[in-house]
Amino acid sequence: MSRSADPRPRAGLFVTCLVDTFRPSVGFAAAKLIEASGCEVVVPVAQTCCGQPAYNSGDRATATQFARQTIAAFADCDYVVVPSGSCAGMLKVHFVELLAGSSDQSAAQTFAAKVFELTTFLAVERKLQTVPGRYDGAVTYHDSCSGLRELGVKDAPRDLLALVEGLEIKEMTECETCCGFGGLFSVKYPDISNAMVEKKTTHATKSGADLLLAGDLGCLMNMAGKLRRANSTIDCRHVAEVLAGEMSAPPIAKRD
Amino acid sequence: MPSPITLFKGRVGDALIDVQLQLALSEVPVNLAGNRAKAKAALPEFERLRDVARDIKDHTLEHLDHYLDIYEENATAAGAIVHWASTPEDARAIILDICRTANARLVTKGKSMVSEEIHLNDHLEQAGFEVVETDLGEYLIQLEHEAPSHIIAPAIHLTVAEVERRFRKAHTQFPQSRVFNEPADLVAEARQVLRQKFLTADVGITGANFLVAETGSSVIVTNEGNGDLTQLLPKVHIVIAAIDKVIPTLADTVTLMRLLPRSATGQETTAYVTFTTGPRRKGEHEGPEHVHVVILDNGRSELLGTNMRSVLRCIRCGACMNHCPVYSAIGGHAYGTVYPGPIGAALMPGLSSVKETAHLAGASTFCGACASVCPVKIPLPDLMRNWREAEFQAGSGSVLARTSLKAWAALALRPKLYHPLMRLTVAALGALGRRRGAFRWLPLARGWTRYRDLPAPEGRTFQQLWSETQKGVPR
Repeated sequence: MSRSADPRPRAGLFVTCLVDTFRPSVGFAAAKLIEASGCEVVVPVAQTCCGQPAYNSGDRATATQFARQTIAAFADCDYVVVPSGSCAGMLKVHFVELLAGSSDQSAAQTFAAKVFELTTFLAVERKLQTVPGRYDGAVTYHDSCSGLRELGVKDAPRDLLALVEGLEIKEMTECETCCGFGGLFSVKYPDISNAMVEKKTTHATKSGADLLLAGDLGCLMNMAGKLRRANSTIDCRHVAEVLAGEMSAPPIAKRD
Repeated sequence: MPSPITLFKGRVGDALIDVQLQLALSEVPVNLAGNRAKAKAALPEFERLRDVARDIKDHTLEHLDHYLDIYEENATAAGAIVHWASTPEDARAIILDICRTANARLVTKGKSMVSEEIHLNDHLEQAGFEVVETDLGEYLIQLEHEAPSHIIAPAIHLTVAEVERRFRKAHTQFPQSRVFNEPADLVAEARQVLRQKFLTADVGITGANFLVAETGSSVIVTNEGNGDLTQLLPKVHIVIAAIDKVIPTLADTVTLMRLLPRSATGQETTAYVTFTTGPRRKGEHEGPEHVHVVILDNGRSELLGTNMRSVLRCIRCGACMNHCPVYSAIGGHAYGTVYPGPIGAALMPGLSSVKETAHLAGASTFCGACASVCPVKIPLPDLMRNWREAEFQAGSGSVLARTSLKAWAALALRPKLYHPLMRLTVAALGALGRRRGAFRWLPLARGWTRYRDLPAPEGRTFQQLWSETQKGVPR
């Protein structure tokens, strides 16, 4: 892969496996925002998954292979931007742990320095002052755990949402409490996961917002799936869709 | 015999539909977590103190043998007798022997998780001793032979109505017509019953929040004063504590004490913080004639040289369980272990066999709330992941899960195979789900669809769509 002649910083989009397969709209919204922040967007085809399912199942060796695959795929990028706090945490924090003491240790550190969760990238690294999106209504924001606690993603999505014309944020109670997704946890312990997502969607409903946003598709699929089962009127979208004004796809778990 | 994980899932199912339990648990985040947040906000150096506390504990663990020796030396010089117990059996034998030598009949107990760890009450009762828990919460659960459901609030699973029911059932000496208008009435009745026990006990057993090496003192941190009556009134006082409770100095104790009550209950300090150094001295009018300190290992020293060492920093505040969304959904008993919640999942496989308790590390979303509030910064999700790795390496756990994981990884590590296959899968699922936007049911996804719909894919992968938009653009 040769570098293009584009003078702008080269931002590699780490799509995440869920966005790639379930909701490509989020990928396009992210690409539009990254471009709006003054970067060239590239999408390496040698990427697949960040390896968390293996890592969190205790399969360290396999997780390490995912780390090497991903680092190699983004070797010629100035930035690696991830529309997920969870996957970004894996790339930025855990790859370094996995490759510590190996010949790839410094590569992992160099890579980690380039990795950003999408909203942090836009608000903090690129200092985006305007966003294309506009939304007439009230939204509530769920702080996904890994983004919040591993990467400190808290103000960035809210600062960006404040730039969206017409949008009002109505915070829900316990917006920082886990929604119960937890990757494979949601299917290994469905009873506990359900109890957690029930609390979460109850809080979201009580917030008075008509749209529930988050920065992670895993959490969103969990919450949207629960709301849909309950025939709730609240819609769910990835924060990038609202920021980019890319709202042509139906809300998550809803029909065209 | 069902597997430990099957038993666990059964208890979880029961807990989730237990109306009384759910009612009791609903107050945990408001009370304990909320109070901690207020206490933290009122202490600007709180976060810095967590680093200091972590360093104190790490330093101590680095030189644990040294500080245990110093503790023994100073406790002995003060007149206490220090006993070393490598297993629960050893500890019980030592304590039984002390009780027999004292010709004891009645044994009072202050709250001690280590005594729960060695199942002390059962063994003392089997040996013919009357054992009375004097901490109100412990007393309440002893009435129905239950285990604690929380390490600092052992009866947190009980509602006030249930406490009243237990008292009416157990205290038949009082008129049934009496009324309990408020919790204080319950406390008053417990006090009346327990007062007599304090005065007639032959041996008092307490735990220790800290063992101070510098002075040979043991420290208890309590709110009810029962611990003091337990350790001061009988002729014999036994302290039962684990090796990880030793800390170097009084100054270190003060530092850790700034964090312990704040992290636990949100209190700046507890009602009582009692330092005990040896038995009653010549000329003193109160205090036990004999003090024994039983120091338990029970697998902890095996963790020192491993990547699990930081679990021994724990000062048993319970903040991890107060902030754990899994704990607050299922309560402590569902874990089926002495120590529940995140610290239990991280510690228990080190104390018992990995096979029996390693599955608890799987019952976490790794949300990290526990680690973010831990006063000694134990990286609890990392430790739980370590146990998952140990289980994976040992080849235990579900065969289906392992096989699926291997198959998925084999595919996802071959992007040239992965992307076309995802295209086909997503096209098929998208076609099936597009009309409704979500699946109510899907084969192999029952764990998900039992409670929630599965959002349908849009129908094409991002990689596919992106490559179409990029045609002609040099990459």
